[in-house]
Amino acid sequence: MTRARDVARLRGAGLPLLVFVGVLVLWEFSLAALGVQQFLLPRPSVIAGSLAEQGGLLAQAALYTATEVVGGLAIGCTLGIAAALAAARWRAARNALVPIGIAMSSIPIIAMAPITNIWFTSDAAASRMAIVAVLVFFPMLVNTIRGLTEVDPAALELMNACAASEAQILRKVRIPNALPFVFTGLKVATTLGVIGAVVGEYFGGPLAALGVYIQSEAYNFRYNHAWAAIVIACAMGIAFYVAVLVLERVLLPWHASSREVAG
Amino acid sequence: MTGSHDTTGSPEATGRPVVELQHAGKVFGEGEAAVTALESIDLTIRAGEFVTLIGPSGCGKSTLLRLIGDLIPVSTGEVRVNGKPAAQARRGREYGIVFQAPVLMEWRTVQRNVELPLEIMGLPRDERAKRAEAMLRLVELSDFAGKHPWQLSGGMQQRVAIARALAIDPALLLMDEPFGALDEMTRERLNLELMEIWRRTGTTIVFVTHSIPEAVFLSSRVAVMSARPGRITRVIDVDLPQPRGNETREQTRYFQLVTAVREALRQGGAEDVIGDSEGLGPAEAERIRAEGYA
Repeated sequence: MTRARDVARLRGAGLPLLVFVGVLVLWEFSLAALGVQQFLLPRPSVIAGSLAEQGGLLAQAALYTATEVVGGLAIGCTLGIAAALAAARWRAARNALVPIGIAMSSIPIIAMAPITNIWFTSDAAASRMAIVAVLVFFPMLVNTIRGLTEVDPAALELMNACAASEAQILRKVRIPNALPFVFTGLKVATTLGVIGAVVGEYFGGPLAALGVYIQSEAYNFRYNHAWAAIVIACAMGIAFYVAVLVLERVLLPWHASSREVAG
Repeated sequence: MTGSHDTTGSPEATGRPVVELQHAGKVFGEGEAAVTALESIDLTIRAGEFVTLIGPSGCGKSTLLRLIGDLIPVSTGEVRVNGKPAAQARRGREYGIVFQAPVLMEWRTVQRNVELPLEIMGLPRDERAKRAEAMLRLVELSDFAGKHPWQLSGGMQQRVAIARALAIDPALLLMDEPFGALDEMTRERLNLELMEIWRRTGTTIVFVTHSIPEAVFLSSRVAVMSARPGRITRVIDVDLPQPRGNETREQTRYFQLVTAVREALRQGGAEDVIGDSEGLGPAEAERIRAEGYA
Protein backbone atom coordinates (compact mmCIF):
# COMPACT_ATOMS: atom_id res chain seq x y z
CA MET A 1 0.00 0.00 0.00
CA THR A 2 2.65 2.46 1.13
CA ARG A 3 5.07 1.23 -1.51
CA ALA A 4 2.43 1.55 -4.23
CA ARG A 5 1.80 5.13 -3.12
CA ASP A 6 5.53 5.90 -3.11
CA VAL A 7 5.87 4.56 -6.65
CA ALA A 8 2.85 6.61 -7.71
CA ARG A 9 4.35 9.72 -6.14
CA LEU A 10 7.73 9.13 -7.79
CA ARG A 11 5.95 8.77 -11.10
CA GLY A 12 4.02 11.95 -10.37
CA ALA A 13 7.27 13.82 -9.73
CA GLY A 14 9.15 12.06 -12.53
CA LEU A 15 7.13 13.34 -15.46
CA PRO A 16 7.45 17.08 -14.76
CA LEU A 17 11.16 16.54 -14.02
CA LEU A 18 11.59 14.80 -17.37
CA VAL A 19 9.84 17.67 -19.20
CA PHE A 20 12.01 20.20 -17.32
CA VAL A 21 15.26 18.43 -18.26
CA GLY A 22 14.01 18.01 -21.83
CA VAL A 23 13.33 21.74 -22.16
CA LEU A 24 16.83 22.53 -20.78
CA VAL A 25 18.47 20.17 -23.26
CA LEU A 26 16.44 21.57 -26.15
CA TRP A 27 17.28 25.12 -25.01
CA GLU A 28 21.00 24.26 -24.75
CA PHE A 29 21.37 22.82 -28.24
CA SER A 30 18.75 24.57 -30.35
CA LEU A 31 19.97 28.16 -29.76
CA ALA A 32 23.21 27.71 -31.73
CA ALA A 33 21.34 25.86 -34.50
CA LEU A 34 18.77 28.66 -34.72
CA GLY A 35 21.52 31.31 -34.60
CA VAL A 36 20.08 33.13 -31.55
CA GLN A 37 22.54 35.72 -30.21
CA GLN A 38 24.12 34.90 -26.85
CA PHE A 39 23.01 38.22 -25.26
CA LEU A 40 19.37 37.69 -26.22
CA LEU A 41 19.09 34.32 -24.52
CA PRO A 42 22.16 32.61 -23.05
CA ARG A 43 22.41 28.81 -22.97
CA PRO A 44 21.55 27.08 -19.66
CA SER A 45 25.18 25.99 -19.30
CA VAL A 46 26.33 29.62 -19.55
CA ILE A 47 23.76 30.70 -16.94
CA ALA A 48 24.93 27.87 -14.70
CA GLY A 49 28.51 29.08 -15.14
CA SER A 50 27.52 32.62 -14.13
CA LEU A 51 25.66 31.25 -11.11
CA ALA A 52 28.85 29.53 -9.94
CA GLU A 53 31.06 32.51 -10.72
CA GLN A 54 28.79 35.10 -9.05
CA GLY A 55 27.71 32.74 -6.27
CA GLY A 56 28.92 34.82 -3.33
CA LEU A 57 27.36 38.09 -4.44
CA LEU A 58 24.16 36.36 -5.56
CA ALA A 59 23.77 34.62 -2.20
CA GLN A 60 24.20 37.96 -0.44
CA ALA A 61 21.67 39.61 -2.77
CA ALA A 62 19.20 36.75 -2.37
CA LEU A 63 19.47 36.95 1.42
CA TYR A 64 18.83 40.70 1.36
CA THR A 65 15.81 40.38 -0.95
CA ALA A 66 14.46 37.42 1.05
CA THR A 67 14.63 39.56 4.20
CA GLU A 68 12.52 42.21 2.48
CA VAL A 69 10.00 39.57 1.37
CA VAL A 70 9.72 38.01 4.83
CA GLY A 71 9.46 41.39 6.55
CA GLY A 72 6.83 42.62 4.11
CA LEU A 73 4.86 39.38 4.36
CA ALA A 74 4.91 39.54 8.16
CA ILE A 75 3.60 43.11 8.20
CA GLY A 76 1.07 42.69 5.37
CA CYS A 77 -0.29 39.34 6.58
CA THR A 78 -0.61 40.49 10.18
CA LEU A 79 -2.50 43.62 9.12
CA GLY A 80 -4.62 41.67 6.61
CA ILE A 81 -5.63 39.03 9.16
CA ALA A 82 -6.26 41.61 11.89
CA ALA A 83 -8.43 43.65 9.53
CA ALA A 84 -10.30 40.48 8.52
CA LEU A 85 -11.02 39.62 12.16
CA ALA A 86 -12.49 43.10 12.68
CA ALA A 87 -14.39 42.91 9.39
CA ALA A 88 -15.88 39.51 10.21
CA ARG A 89 -16.98 40.72 13.63
CA TRP A 90 -18.45 44.12 12.79
CA ARG A 91 -20.38 44.85 9.64
CA ALA A 92 -19.34 48.52 9.85
CA ALA A 93 -15.66 47.51 9.85
CA ARG A 94 -16.31 45.30 6.85
CA ASN A 95 -17.98 48.10 4.91
CA ALA A 96 -15.07 50.39 5.74
CA LEU A 97 -12.15 47.98 5.20
CA VAL A 98 -13.04 46.05 2.06
CA PRO A 99 -13.17 49.13 -0.23
CA ILE A 100 -9.81 50.23 1.22
CA GLY A 101 -8.41 46.77 0.48
CA ILE A 102 -9.71 46.92 -3.08
CA ALA A 103 -8.24 50.39 -3.55
CA MET A 104 -4.89 49.20 -2.18
CA SER A 105 -4.88 46.19 -4.47
CA SER A 106 -5.41 48.36 -7.53
CA ILE A 107 -2.37 50.55 -6.79
CA PRO A 108 0.25 49.74 -9.46
CA ILE A 109 3.46 48.76 -7.71
CA ILE A 110 5.43 51.00 -10.12
CA ALA A 111 3.53 53.99 -8.75
CA MET A 112 4.33 53.08 -5.14
CA ALA A 113 8.09 52.44 -5.32
CA PRO A 114 9.39 56.03 -5.79
CA ILE A 115 7.08 57.15 -2.98
CA THR A 116 8.23 54.54 -0.47
CA ASN A 117 11.82 55.39 -1.45
CA ILE A 118 11.18 58.95 -0.35
CA TRP A 119 9.50 57.77 2.86
CA PHE A 120 12.15 55.28 3.93
CA THR A 121 15.12 56.21 1.64
CA SER A 122 15.93 53.89 -1.21
CA ASP A 123 18.71 52.11 0.69
CA ALA A 124 16.37 50.96 3.44
CA ALA A 125 14.84 47.50 3.20
CA ALA A 126 11.74 49.04 4.80
CA SER A 127 10.97 50.71 1.47
CA ARG A 128 10.46 47.32 -0.25
CA MET A 129 8.82 45.82 2.84
CA ALA A 130 6.16 48.51 2.60
CA ILE A 131 5.53 47.63 -1.06
CA VAL A 132 5.28 43.91 -0.27
CA ALA A 133 2.98 44.63 2.69
CA VAL A 134 0.62 46.70 0.52
CA LEU A 135 0.64 43.99 -2.17
CA VAL A 136 -0.23 41.09 0.15
CA PHE A 137 -2.70 42.92 2.36
CA PHE A 138 -5.67 42.48 0.04
CA PRO A 139 -5.41 38.75 -0.75
CA MET A 140 -4.93 38.06 2.96
CA LEU A 141 -7.89 40.27 3.93
CA VAL A 142 -10.30 38.79 1.39
CA ASN A 143 -9.34 35.16 1.97
CA THR A 144 -9.44 35.46 5.75
CA ILE A 145 -12.83 37.21 5.70
CA ARG A 146 -14.21 34.41 3.54
CA GLY A 147 -12.85 31.79 5.91
CA LEU A 148 -14.26 33.52 8.98
CA THR A 149 -17.72 34.13 7.50
CA GLU A 150 -18.35 31.18 5.18
CA VAL A 151 -19.19 28.88 8.06
CA ASP A 152 -21.74 26.06 7.84
CA PRO A 153 -24.96 27.68 9.19
CA ALA A 154 -25.76 24.40 10.94
CA ALA A 155 -22.47 24.67 12.86
CA LEU A 156 -23.57 28.09 14.13
CA GLU A 157 -26.97 26.66 15.03
CA LEU A 158 -25.22 23.88 16.93
CA MET A 159 -23.10 26.40 18.84
CA ASN A 160 -26.24 28.38 19.61
CA ALA A 161 -27.93 25.25 20.93
CA CYS A 162 -24.92 24.82 23.24
CA ALA A 163 -25.30 28.47 24.36
CA ALA A 164 -21.77 29.24 23.16
CA SER A 165 -20.49 32.82 23.49
CA GLU A 166 -19.39 34.90 20.49
CA ALA A 167 -15.76 34.42 21.58
CA GLN A 168 -16.21 30.63 21.79
CA ILE A 169 -17.78 30.55 18.32
CA LEU A 170 -14.81 32.53 17.01
CA ARG A 171 -12.26 30.24 18.65
CA LYS A 172 -13.90 26.89 18.05
CA VAL A 173 -15.60 27.38 14.68
CA ARG A 174 -14.66 30.52 12.75
CA ILE A 175 -10.87 30.51 13.19
CA PRO A 176 -10.32 26.78 12.47
CA ASN A 177 -12.67 27.16 9.51
CA ALA A 178 -10.61 30.12 8.26
CA LEU A 179 -7.17 28.46 8.44
CA PRO A 180 -7.31 26.74 5.02
CA PHE A 181 -8.41 30.06 3.50
CA VAL A 182 -5.54 31.85 5.25
CA PHE A 183 -3.12 29.40 3.66
CA THR A 184 -4.67 29.99 0.24
CA GLY A 185 -4.04 33.70 0.83
CA LEU A 186 -0.47 32.99 1.97
CA LYS A 187 0.31 31.04 -1.21
CA VAL A 188 -0.77 34.01 -3.30
CA ALA A 189 1.04 36.39 -0.94
CA THR A 190 4.45 34.66 -1.16
CA THR A 191 4.45 34.80 -4.96
CA LEU A 192 3.33 38.44 -4.93
CA GLY A 193 5.88 39.22 -2.22
CA VAL A 194 8.91 38.09 -4.29
CA ILE A 195 7.65 40.00 -7.35
CA GLY A 196 7.01 43.11 -5.23
CA ALA A 197 10.44 43.07 -3.61
CA VAL A 198 12.41 42.47 -6.84
CA VAL A 199 10.46 45.03 -8.89
CA GLY A 200 10.66 47.50 -5.99
CA GLU A 201 14.44 47.16 -6.08
CA TYR A 202 14.48 48.34 -9.72
CA PHE A 203 13.83 51.79 -8.25
CA GLY A 204 16.76 51.69 -5.89
CA GLY A 205 18.50 49.79 -3.13
CA PRO A 206 21.96 48.45 -2.25
CA LEU A 207 23.89 46.68 -5.03
CA ALA A 208 23.61 43.35 -3.23
CA ALA A 209 19.87 43.06 -3.90
CA LEU A 210 18.43 40.85 -6.65
CA GLY A 211 16.47 43.61 -8.43
CA VAL A 212 19.30 46.13 -8.31
CA TYR A 213 21.77 43.47 -9.48
CA ILE A 214 19.56 42.37 -12.41
CA GLN A 215 19.18 45.99 -13.55
CA SER A 216 22.83 46.98 -13.26
CA GLU A 217 24.14 43.80 -14.94
CA ALA A 218 21.66 44.16 -17.80
CA TYR A 219 22.67 47.83 -18.13
CA ASN A 220 26.29 46.73 -18.46
CA PHE A 221 25.48 44.06 -21.09
CA ARG A 222 26.28 41.18 -18.68
CA TYR A 223 23.03 39.44 -19.52
CA ASN A 224 24.22 36.02 -18.37
CA HIS A 225 24.69 37.50 -14.87
CA ALA A 226 21.21 39.03 -14.99
CA TRP A 227 19.82 35.66 -16.02
CA ALA A 228 21.57 33.95 -13.12
CA ALA A 229 19.89 36.41 -10.72
CA ILE A 230 16.51 35.79 -12.38
CA VAL A 231 16.98 32.05 -11.79
CA ILE A 232 17.71 32.81 -8.12
CA ALA A 233 14.59 35.02 -7.82
CA CYS A 234 12.54 32.23 -9.42
CA ALA A 235 13.98 29.64 -7.01
CA MET A 236 13.22 31.95 -4.09
CA GLY A 237 9.57 32.25 -5.13
CA ILE A 238 9.27 28.48 -5.35
CA ALA A 239 11.03 28.01 -2.00
CA PHE A 240 8.61 30.36 -0.22
CA TYR A 241 5.64 28.64 -1.83
CA VAL A 242 6.87 25.19 -0.82
CA ALA A 243 7.54 26.42 2.72
CA VAL A 244 3.92 27.56 3.00
CA LEU A 245 2.75 24.23 1.56
CA VAL A 246 4.81 22.27 4.11
CA LEU A 247 3.57 24.49 6.96
CA GLU A 248 -0.01 23.88 5.83
CA ARG A 249 0.44 20.11 5.82
CA VAL A 250 2.00 20.20 9.27
CA LEU A 251 -0.56 22.54 10.84
CA LEU A 252 -3.70 21.32 9.05
CA PRO A 253 -3.29 17.56 8.67
CA TRP A 254 -7.10 17.26 8.77
CA HIS A 255 -7.70 19.38 5.71
CA ALA A 256 -8.74 17.84 2.39
CA SER A 257 -5.57 19.02 0.63
CA SER A 258 -3.42 17.10 3.15
CA ARG A 259 -5.45 13.90 3.25
CA GLU A 260 -3.44 11.96 0.69
CA VAL A 261 -0.37 12.39 2.86
CA ALA A 262 -2.04 12.11 6.25
CA GLY A 263 -4.21 9.09 5.45
CA MET B 1 -29.10 19.14 33.44
CA THR B 2 -29.57 15.50 34.38
CA GLY B 3 -31.89 13.26 32.42
CA SER B 4 -32.53 11.03 35.38
CA HIS B 5 -36.16 10.02 35.65
CA ASP B 6 -37.83 6.68 35.82
CA THR B 7 -39.85 5.68 32.83
CA THR B 8 -40.87 2.57 31.07
CA GLY B 9 -40.88 4.44 27.83
CA SER B 10 -44.52 3.59 27.40
CA PRO B 11 -46.93 5.96 25.69
CA GLU B 12 -48.78 6.37 28.99
CA ALA B 13 -45.75 8.10 30.47
CA THR B 14 -47.08 10.36 33.15
CA GLY B 15 -43.80 12.02 34.10
CA ARG B 16 -43.33 15.73 34.45
CA PRO B 17 -43.81 17.80 31.29
CA VAL B 18 -40.52 18.37 29.47
CA VAL B 19 -41.91 20.30 26.52
CA GLU B 20 -45.02 22.47 26.77
CA LEU B 21 -46.33 24.30 23.71
CA GLN B 22 -49.25 26.65 24.31
CA HIS B 23 -50.81 28.29 21.25
CA ALA B 24 -47.29 28.50 19.88
CA GLY B 25 -47.15 30.17 16.46
CA LYS B 26 -44.49 31.36 14.07
CA VAL B 27 -44.82 34.03 11.40
CA PHE B 28 -41.91 34.73 9.06
CA GLY B 29 -41.66 38.19 7.53
CA GLU B 30 -43.85 41.20 8.14
CA GLY B 31 -46.90 42.93 6.68
CA GLU B 32 -47.82 41.86 3.15
CA ALA B 33 -44.95 39.36 2.89
CA ALA B 34 -45.76 37.65 6.20
CA VAL B 35 -46.02 33.86 6.01
CA THR B 36 -47.60 31.90 8.82
CA ALA B 37 -45.36 28.87 9.26
CA LEU B 38 -47.02 27.53 12.40
CA GLU B 39 -50.42 28.32 13.86
CA SER B 40 -51.48 27.78 17.44
CA ILE B 41 -49.62 24.59 18.34
CA ASP B 42 -50.64 22.92 21.58
CA LEU B 43 -48.61 19.93 22.66
CA THR B 44 -47.23 18.61 25.92
CA ILE B 45 -44.41 16.07 25.90
CA ARG B 46 -43.69 14.28 29.15
CA ALA B 47 -40.47 12.86 30.53
CA GLY B 48 -39.41 9.65 28.83
CA GLU B 49 -41.65 10.05 25.80
CA PHE B 50 -40.49 9.62 22.22
CA VAL B 51 -42.61 11.97 20.12
CA THR B 52 -42.31 12.20 16.36
CA LEU B 53 -43.40 15.20 14.31
CA ILE B 54 -44.41 14.01 10.84
CA GLY B 55 -45.81 15.93 7.91
CA PRO B 56 -45.27 17.01 4.33
CA SER B 57 -42.46 19.33 3.31
CA GLY B 58 -43.22 22.87 4.39
CA CYS B 59 -45.54 21.91 7.24
CA GLY B 60 -43.19 23.57 9.70
CA LYS B 61 -42.04 20.47 11.58
CA SER B 62 -38.39 21.57 11.59
CA THR B 63 -39.50 25.09 12.54
CA LEU B 64 -41.44 23.63 15.46
CA LEU B 65 -38.31 21.76 16.60
CA ARG B 66 -36.34 25.02 16.43
CA LEU B 67 -38.98 26.80 18.53
CA ILE B 68 -38.55 24.16 21.21
CA GLY B 69 -34.77 24.61 21.01
CA ASP B 70 -35.08 28.42 21.07
CA LEU B 71 -33.02 28.56 17.87
CA ILE B 72 -35.76 30.82 16.49
CA PRO B 73 -38.15 32.83 18.68
CA VAL B 74 -41.92 32.21 18.77
CA SER B 75 -44.20 34.89 17.29
CA THR B 76 -47.19 34.03 19.45
CA GLY B 77 -47.93 31.77 22.39
CA GLU B 78 -45.46 30.13 24.69
CA VAL B 79 -42.81 27.40 24.63
CA ARG B 80 -41.57 25.92 27.89
CA VAL B 81 -38.81 23.34 28.32
CA ASN B 82 -38.28 21.67 31.69
CA GLY B 83 -40.83 24.08 33.08
CA LYS B 84 -38.80 27.15 32.06
CA PRO B 85 -39.11 29.48 29.07
CA ALA B 86 -37.32 27.88 26.08
CA ALA B 87 -34.64 30.62 25.98
CA GLN B 88 -33.71 29.99 29.59
CA ALA B 89 -33.54 26.23 28.98
CA ARG B 90 -31.24 26.76 25.99
CA ARG B 91 -28.94 29.00 28.00
CA GLY B 92 -28.93 26.35 30.72
CA ARG B 93 -27.90 23.76 28.08
CA GLU B 94 -30.82 21.49 28.90
CA TYR B 95 -31.19 19.84 25.51
CA GLY B 96 -29.02 18.19 22.88
CA ILE B 97 -29.68 18.49 19.17
CA VAL B 98 -28.95 16.36 16.08
CA PHE B 99 -29.42 17.75 12.57
CA GLN B 100 -29.92 16.04 9.22
CA ALA B 101 -26.23 16.61 8.47
CA PRO B 102 -23.79 15.40 11.14
CA VAL B 103 -22.21 18.92 11.41
CA LEU B 104 -18.91 17.57 12.70
CA MET B 105 -15.88 19.86 12.84
CA GLU B 106 -13.48 18.33 10.34
CA TRP B 107 -10.42 19.65 12.22
CA ARG B 108 -11.42 17.72 15.34
CA THR B 109 -11.10 14.01 15.94
CA VAL B 110 -14.25 12.01 16.69
CA GLN B 111 -13.46 12.18 20.42
CA ARG B 112 -12.87 15.93 20.37
CA ASN B 113 -16.09 16.47 18.41
CA VAL B 114 -18.03 14.71 21.17
CA GLU B 115 -16.18 16.87 23.73
CA LEU B 116 -17.15 20.14 22.00
CA PRO B 117 -20.31 20.93 24.03
CA LEU B 118 -18.45 19.96 27.21
CA GLU B 119 -15.65 22.38 26.32
CA ILE B 120 -18.22 25.13 25.86
CA MET B 121 -19.61 24.29 29.29
CA GLY B 122 -16.11 24.69 30.68
CA LEU B 123 -15.66 21.16 32.02
CA PRO B 124 -12.10 20.14 32.99
CA ARG B 125 -10.16 18.12 30.45
CA ASP B 126 -10.17 14.74 32.21
CA GLU B 127 -13.90 14.86 32.86
CA ARG B 128 -14.54 15.79 29.22
CA ALA B 129 -12.49 12.83 28.07
CA LYS B 130 -14.26 10.46 30.45
CA ARG B 131 -17.73 11.55 29.34
CA ALA B 132 -16.85 11.49 25.64
CA GLU B 133 -15.44 7.98 26.00
CA ALA B 134 -18.65 6.83 27.69
CA MET B 135 -20.75 8.38 24.91
CA LEU B 136 -18.63 6.74 22.20
CA ARG B 137 -19.12 3.41 23.95
CA LEU B 138 -22.88 4.05 23.90
CA VAL B 139 -22.89 4.52 20.12
CA GLU B 140 -20.28 1.75 19.72
CA LEU B 141 -17.61 3.92 18.15
CA SER B 142 -14.86 3.63 20.78
CA ASP B 143 -12.46 2.23 18.17
CA PHE B 144 -12.84 5.38 16.09
CA ALA B 145 -12.18 7.98 18.82
CA GLY B 146 -8.91 9.11 17.22
CA LYS B 147 -10.20 9.23 13.64
CA HIS B 148 -11.27 12.34 11.77
CA PRO B 149 -14.89 12.66 10.56
CA TRP B 150 -14.03 12.15 6.89
CA GLN B 151 -12.64 8.73 7.72
CA LEU B 152 -16.12 7.58 8.84
CA SER B 153 -19.20 6.53 6.87
CA GLY B 154 -22.31 8.73 6.85
CA GLY B 155 -24.08 6.49 9.37
CA MET B 156 -21.09 6.51 11.72
CA GLN B 157 -20.81 10.29 11.47
CA GLN B 158 -24.46 10.60 12.49
CA ARG B 159 -23.80 8.32 15.48
CA VAL B 160 -20.97 10.68 16.51
CA ALA B 161 -23.47 13.55 16.28
CA ILE B 162 -25.83 11.62 18.57
CA ALA B 163 -22.98 10.95 21.03
CA ARG B 164 -22.15 14.68 21.00
CA ALA B 165 -25.78 15.63 21.66
CA LEU B 166 -25.99 13.19 24.58
CA ALA B 167 -22.60 14.15 26.05
CA ILE B 168 -24.10 16.88 28.23
CA ASP B 169 -26.61 14.33 29.62
CA PRO B 170 -29.61 16.39 28.47
CA ALA B 171 -33.16 15.84 29.67
CA LEU B 172 -34.32 16.41 26.11
CA LEU B 173 -32.95 15.31 22.74
CA LEU B 174 -34.12 17.14 19.61
CA MET B 175 -33.58 15.32 16.30
CA ASP B 176 -34.25 16.97 12.94
CA GLU B 177 -34.55 14.23 10.29
CA PRO B 178 -31.29 12.73 11.57
CA PHE B 179 -31.40 9.70 9.29
CA GLY B 180 -32.98 11.42 6.28
CA ALA B 181 -29.78 11.46 4.25
CA LEU B 182 -28.92 7.79 4.86
CA ASP B 183 -29.79 4.71 2.83
CA GLU B 184 -32.70 2.54 3.97
CA MET B 185 -30.56 -0.27 5.43
CA THR B 186 -28.44 2.11 7.52
CA ARG B 187 -31.54 4.00 8.58
CA GLU B 188 -33.23 0.84 9.91
CA ARG B 189 -30.10 -0.18 11.79
CA LEU B 190 -29.74 3.28 13.33
CA ASN B 191 -33.45 3.21 14.27
CA LEU B 192 -32.74 0.05 16.27
CA GLU B 193 -29.68 1.64 17.89
CA LEU B 194 -31.62 4.77 18.74
CA MET B 195 -34.31 2.67 20.45
CA GLU B 196 -31.58 1.03 22.53
CA ILE B 197 -30.04 4.40 23.43
CA TRP B 198 -33.46 5.78 24.36
CA ARG B 199 -34.13 2.78 26.63
CA ARG B 200 -30.75 3.06 28.32
CA THR B 201 -30.67 6.85 28.84
CA GLY B 202 -34.38 7.49 29.41
CA THR B 203 -33.98 10.79 27.55
CA THR B 204 -37.11 12.45 26.22
CA ILE B 205 -36.86 12.64 22.43
CA VAL B 206 -38.59 14.88 19.89
CA PHE B 207 -37.92 13.50 16.42
CA VAL B 208 -38.75 15.08 13.06
CA THR B 209 -39.19 12.80 10.06
CA HIS B 210 -41.16 12.44 6.85
CA SER B 211 -40.94 8.65 6.90
CA ILE B 212 -44.12 6.96 8.14
CA PRO B 213 -42.49 3.58 8.98
CA GLU B 214 -39.72 5.32 10.89
CA ALA B 215 -42.21 7.42 12.87
CA VAL B 216 -44.31 4.39 13.85
CA PHE B 217 -41.35 2.21 14.69
CA LEU B 218 -39.67 4.74 16.98
CA SER B 219 -42.41 6.69 18.66
CA SER B 220 -44.56 6.49 21.70
CA ARG B 221 -46.67 9.19 20.04
CA VAL B 222 -46.81 10.52 16.50
CA ALA B 223 -47.91 14.13 15.97
CA VAL B 224 -49.28 14.42 12.43
CA MET B 225 -48.91 17.88 10.88
CA SER B 226 -50.39 19.60 7.86
CA ALA B 227 -49.11 22.56 5.87
CA ARG B 228 -50.22 26.12 5.13
CA PRO B 229 -50.47 27.02 7.90
CA GLY B 230 -48.54 24.39 9.86
CA ARG B 231 -50.77 22.73 12.42
CA ILE B 232 -50.89 19.49 14.37
CA THR B 233 -53.95 17.74 12.96
CA ARG B 234 -53.79 14.53 14.98
CA VAL B 235 -51.74 12.86 17.67
CA ILE B 236 -51.62 9.07 17.39
CA ASP B 237 -50.58 6.88 20.33
CA VAL B 238 -48.28 4.08 19.25
CA ASP B 239 -49.09 1.17 21.53
CA LEU B 240 -46.54 -1.25 20.12
CA PRO B 241 -44.80 -3.22 22.90
CA GLN B 242 -41.32 -2.31 24.16
CA PRO B 243 -38.54 -3.10 23.56
CA ARG B 244 -38.94 -2.83 19.83
CA GLY B 245 -36.86 -4.81 17.38
CA ASN B 246 -36.87 -6.14 13.86
CA GLU B 247 -39.92 -8.28 14.66
CA THR B 248 -41.88 -5.10 15.51
CA ARG B 249 -41.94 -4.26 11.82
CA GLU B 250 -43.74 -7.54 11.10
CA GLN B 251 -46.59 -7.15 13.58
CA THR B 252 -50.14 -6.58 12.37
CA ARG B 253 -50.52 -3.70 14.82
CA TYR B 254 -47.47 -2.03 13.22
CA PHE B 255 -49.13 -2.10 9.80
CA GLN B 256 -52.40 -0.82 11.28
CA LEU B 257 -50.57 2.12 12.81
CA VAL B 258 -48.68 2.85 9.57
CA THR B 259 -52.06 2.95 7.84
CA ALA B 260 -53.51 5.16 10.57
CA VAL B 261 -50.66 7.69 10.24
CA ARG B 262 -50.97 7.61 6.45
CA GLU B 263 -54.73 8.23 6.69
CA ALA B 264 -54.17 11.11 9.09
CA LEU B 265 -51.63 12.66 6.72
CA ARG B 266 -54.02 12.26 3.80
CA GLN B 267 -56.85 13.88 5.73
CA GLY B 268 -54.47 16.73 6.47
CA GLY B 269 -54.17 17.25 2.73
CA ALA B 270 -50.70 15.79 2.45
CA GLU B 271 -51.29 13.73 -0.69
CA ASP B 272 -47.86 14.55 -2.00
CA VAL B 273 -46.01 13.04 0.93
CA ILE B 274 -47.66 9.61 0.82
CA GLY B 275 -45.81 8.07 -2.10
CA ASP B 276 -42.23 8.83 -1.21
CA SER B 277 -42.52 8.55 2.53
CA GLU B 278 -42.73 4.79 2.56
CA GLY B 279 -39.15 4.38 1.50
CA LEU B 280 -40.24 2.44 -1.58
CA GLY B 281 -38.71 3.37 -4.90
CA PRO B 282 -40.85 2.91 -8.03
CA ALA B 283 -38.89 -0.22 -8.94
CA GLU B 284 -39.48 -1.78 -5.55
CA ALA B 285 -43.18 -0.93 -5.61
CA GLU B 286 -43.40 -2.52 -9.05
CA ARG B 287 -41.73 -5.71 -7.77
CA ILE B 288 -44.14 -5.99 -4.84
CA ARG B 289 -47.09 -5.51 -7.14
CA ALA B 290 -45.79 -8.22 -9.47
CA GLU B 291 -45.31 -10.64 -6.58
CA GLY B 292 -48.86 -9.93 -5.47
CA TYR B 293 -50.22 -10.97 -8.82
CA ALA B 294 -48.09 -14.12 -9.08
